[in-house]
Amino acid sequence: MREFRYEKAADPAGAVALLAGAPEGAYLGGGTNLVDLMRLGVATPDVLVDVRTLTSDLVEELPDGGLRIGAAVPNADLAADLRVRQRFPLLAQALLAGASGQLRNRATTGGNLLQRTRCTYFTDVTQPCNKRAPGSGCGAVTGLHRNHAVLGATDEGPGSPHTCVATHPSDLAVALRALDAEVRVLGPGGERTVPMADLHRLPGEDPSRDTTLAHGELITAIDVPGLPWAVRSRYRKVRDRASYAFALVSVAAAMDLDGSTVRDVRIALGGMAHAPWRATVAEDALRGGPATEEAFAAAAEAELAAARPLPDNAFKVPMATSTLVRTLLQISAEARA
Amino acid sequence: MTTIERSVGAGVRRLDGPDKVRGRAPYAYEHELDAQAVFVAIVQSPVARGRITAIDGSGAQAVPGVLAVLTHVDAPRLGEVVEELRVLQSDAVQYAGQPVAVVVAETSEVARDAVGRVRVEYESGDPDVVLSADRDDLYAPEKLMAGFETDSVIGDVDAALAEAPVSVDVVYETPNQHNNPIEMHATVARWDGDVLRMWDANQGPHNLVPVITEAFGITEDQLHITSPYVGGAFGSKAFTHVHQLLAIMAAKVTGRTAKLELTRQQMFSLVGHRTPTIQRLRLGARPDGTLTAISHEVVEHTSQNAEFAEQTATATRLMYAAPARRTTHRLARLDVPAPTIMRAPGEAPGMYALESAMDELAAALGMDPVQLRLRNEPDRDPERDVPWSTRNLVACLTEGAERFGWAGRDHRPGVREEGRWLVGTGVAAATYPTRRRPSQARIEAVPGKPFVVSIDASDIGTGAWTTLTQIAADALRVPMDQVVLRIGDSRLPKASGAGGSTGITSWGPAVVDAAEQLRDRDVPAGGLTVTGSSGPGDEAEQLSSHAFGAHFAEVRVDRDTGEVRVPRMTGVFAAGRIINPVTARSQFLGGMTMGLSMALHEEAVLDTRRGHYANHDLAEYHIAANADVGEVDIAWVDEVDEAHNPLGAKGIGEIGIVGSAAAIGNAYWHATGRRVRDLPITPDKWFR
Ligand SMILES: Cc1cc2nc3c(=O)[nH]c(=O)nc-3n(C[C@H](O)[C@H](O)[C@H](O)COP(=O)(O)OP(=O)(O)OC[C@H]3O[C@@H](n4cnc5c(N)ncnc54)[C@H](O)[C@@H]3O)c2cc1C
Ligand code: SF4
Repeated sequence: MREFRYEKAADPAGAVALLAGAPEGAYLGGGTNLVDLMRLGVATPDVLVDVRTLTSDLVEELPDGGLRIGAAVPNADLAADLRVRQRFPLLAQALLAGASGQLRNRATTGGNLLQRTRCTYFTDVTQPCNKRAPGSGCGAVTGLHRNHAVLGATDEGPGSPHTCVATHPSDLAVALRALDAEVRVLGPGGERTVPMADLHRLPGEDPSRDTTLAHGELITAIDVPGLPWAVRSRYRKVRDRASYAFALVSVAAAMDLDGSTVRDVRIALGGMAHAPWRATVAEDALRGGPATEEAFAAAAEAELAAARPLPDNAFKVPMATSTLVRTLLQISAEARA
Repeated sequence: MTTIERSVGAGVRRLDGPDKVRGRAPYAYEHELDAQAVFVAIVQSPVARGRITAIDGSGAQAVPGVLAVLTHVDAPRLGEVVEELRVLQSDAVQYAGQPVAVVVAETSEVARDAVGRVRVEYESGDPDVVLSADRDDLYAPEKLMAGFETDSVIGDVDAALAEAPVSVDVVYETPNQHNNPIEMHATVARWDGDVLRMWDANQGPHNLVPVITEAFGITEDQLHITSPYVGGAFGSKAFTHVHQLLAIMAAKVTGRTAKLELTRQQMFSLVGHRTPTIQRLRLGARPDGTLTAISHEVVEHTSQNAEFAEQTATATRLMYAAPARRTTHRLARLDVPAPTIMRAPGEAPGMYALESAMDELAAALGMDPVQLRLRNEPDRDPERDVPWSTRNLVACLTEGAERFGWAGRDHRPGVREEGRWLVGTGVAAATYPTRRRPSQARIEAVPGKPFVVSIDASDIGTGAWTTLTQIAADALRVPMDQVVLRIGDSRLPKASGAGGSTGITSWGPAVVDAAEQLRDRDVPAGGLTVTGSSGPGDEAEQLSSHAFGAHFAEVRVDRDTGEVRVPRMTGVFAAGRIINPVTARSQFLGGMTMGLSMALHEEAVLDTRRGHYANHDLAEYHIAANADVGEVDIAWVDEVDEAHNPLGAKGIGEIGIVGSAAAIGNAYWHATGRRVRDLPITPDKWFR
């Protein structure tokens, strides 16, 4: 582990100023991901600016029935918030499906969105990895990739500096992606708002960057816009053991039904790509159509037609298909009841 | 003498429990906190085969706080040790993760940071790490572990199989698995002149003595190892591993107390693993279920630097009656770290295969799998042709069936559902050998004072502190508070290590023997010291002695996601006298949980191009979490087997894992109609 300084600022602007002057520095939230990566030598900041108690730790009302979540709200508190549980059940379910009780107590909302991939070549400094060491190649694409991406990855072979087939591990981010949340960010140049759609990026030709945030930009809050029909929403996570495992596949979905017709629908998939995957193809196929198992299956298949699985993760395609179909069936059954 | 209630058989809670939960029971790494210790970090090879062509520690040496960098060029030379322990002795690289240097520094942080500054160049070749039954370099080892014969053949097996009216011919695969005790391997070493003092996490200090004395050219008197508290081991702390030698070297070179604790990741290459297996099972039977032939052929791996020949099919030699029978073991020597023992080495993977094949045979016969086992119960050991000391498998199966509610089971697969869950049940039998090893114990008696009972036994979390105190109290006919037990110290009377489920059967009789020498003797005012001993007698030749058990499991499979749940398991064991029902239950429960973990979760994945275990941490190498373990019902039948020891005990540490994975796999088939023959049964396998 590299030696580092630990700093605290009086306010968010002070924290931003500190990091603006430290090109190798990093914000510290709960530290549940960053500190692990520092111990492994994967992250090597020379200064940590502690923001765990700096931004808001409150969940506040927005005028449209939505909620503003302070970046410092612990994952556990957010999952327990009554308004979250009533208005956005998928959000609470996503949080509770992640990590463990102890970790959720410690982890922050902001830090959760910016956690790094769990790819084992990324976390092992003796292995090649374009994300950690740009240009070194990708160990996973010919190695252990059972839980890697099937959508939107870059695979130009193990030696290419562009190749990366990692997934984003956050469950929370998948739910927020389905809800069209917006991330409020404070940078040296002032405040801006980044839609969840634009926060995480696909690897493209630069796997080293997970998000579109610039160095030193501080997440201060996340706005979840009001969506009355999200009361019928679900987060279904499929994993290798009953708890304490990252998603093989996850589905965040909400559906608005008019009788047996789909009026509107939101679907995001986790465990499938370098970013939470909004299933717009499936949404478009479903909107205005019948809420039947056949229609759900056709929509899922249409979405997954773009999948390019690797030898050991092809199962994710049928797994995501059937999990999505079942989740939509459950929501429609609930709506009818 | 006043009579006291017996302690043996009582559900005494762990005597060491309160100290452990209060943090007052120091583990190896927690010793010498005040010493001006130095810290050791290991530089590991990323290549799996080849040679070091250049190594330069100067970058690390330049880091403030670094005291020494040791490489194969300048590390202390070791005496005659087995090849896998010749660490830093040559430029050869034989597995990914092999130590190629160590950094010794004033703090562990500095040491670890400097690891990345040691420059190493390799000449490397493609690693050969893929086990397959088709390899043309498979070979038959001279002997298997624990002295078992490599092969056994009785009768004309192929003819019997060809003639059998009903038969199965199936291949099962089990993956690389890694011991993951909660306490990482740790060593603290210091040279007091030419005496080496060690605090170490191991399964018995005496196990380490021969290797370390030889490696460093010292006598037994010059070595003192203590390890009274150990946070789990499962076999990975039974033998000397390279980290202990590295810590001793660092202490030697710096003249200070050296501390070395492996990281979790390092445990995947430096302290052994369970070999993967490929097992072909062929069973032949008459229509009534009577077995006519059993063939069990095993392919497994060992490493370039060691021959580790796991005794995978040896349980098949005794489980069921059949006139024609064959077991074989073949090894591939691969560029992997040396395998080691992991809870029930041999029996755990071997019985998974045999008991799965028995289930497939029951299905082929259209027979109740419990009945199939009862039908083939042998009245003598079928290969050794000697009597059983005790064999109560039938009682385990019938009592287990009763407790579990087996009667009336619809044996057809894939026909029960509850909502989206497919539901099934499965059964499997278990066995584990009963043995004892040479051990000695000492008792010091002083009038008016508690007896001091000393033996270099080891409590790796099993409850030995408690059960040995119970045994000593009864043997001395005093209450437990009149016994002070001392274990985990190489200067105490030599005893066998904690392994092979032999702790109680080896240590207990030595304590009893010592106590008997005190009986009816007047203790003089100055006190009296006696020593007792115990060891294997000719019972091992004349009798076949094993513990037996039966597992039942219910499995649910989500037909949309392939997720597997085990809401309940029942395990019934015939394992001799149970010394302490509380700690015994924990052993069975832990074993069954580990079997569940083997069935559903555990697999260390070798990167076939780079040769390393790619999922080398607990986030990626899954073991069962609490939420995976449902209701676990545990019982045992009354059994006292005095053939091996006066306590009538058999071992209980390992039998819980044996067979439990098969019961779950069989229940998975009963739920879904599909056989998964390669563990673990993860959700992805539903989709193939
Ligand atoms: C064993 C284990 C299992 C887990 N399982 C799951 C799981 O199943 N699902 C899941 O979703 N997650 C899981 N996690 C991950 C966990 O959710 C994250 O570690 C946690 O949410 C990160 O939050 P944190 O506050 O601790 O972030 P930190 O570790 O402090 O920071 C993470 C990153 O965010 C940056 N950062 C932090 N706060 C801000 C801010 N306000 N603005 C800008 N940058 C910031 C940091 O610089 C760092 O780069 C698991 C973690 C562990 C260790
Ligand atoms: S998949 Fe991405 S993160 Fe993993 S090794 Fe390849 S480049 Fe690195």
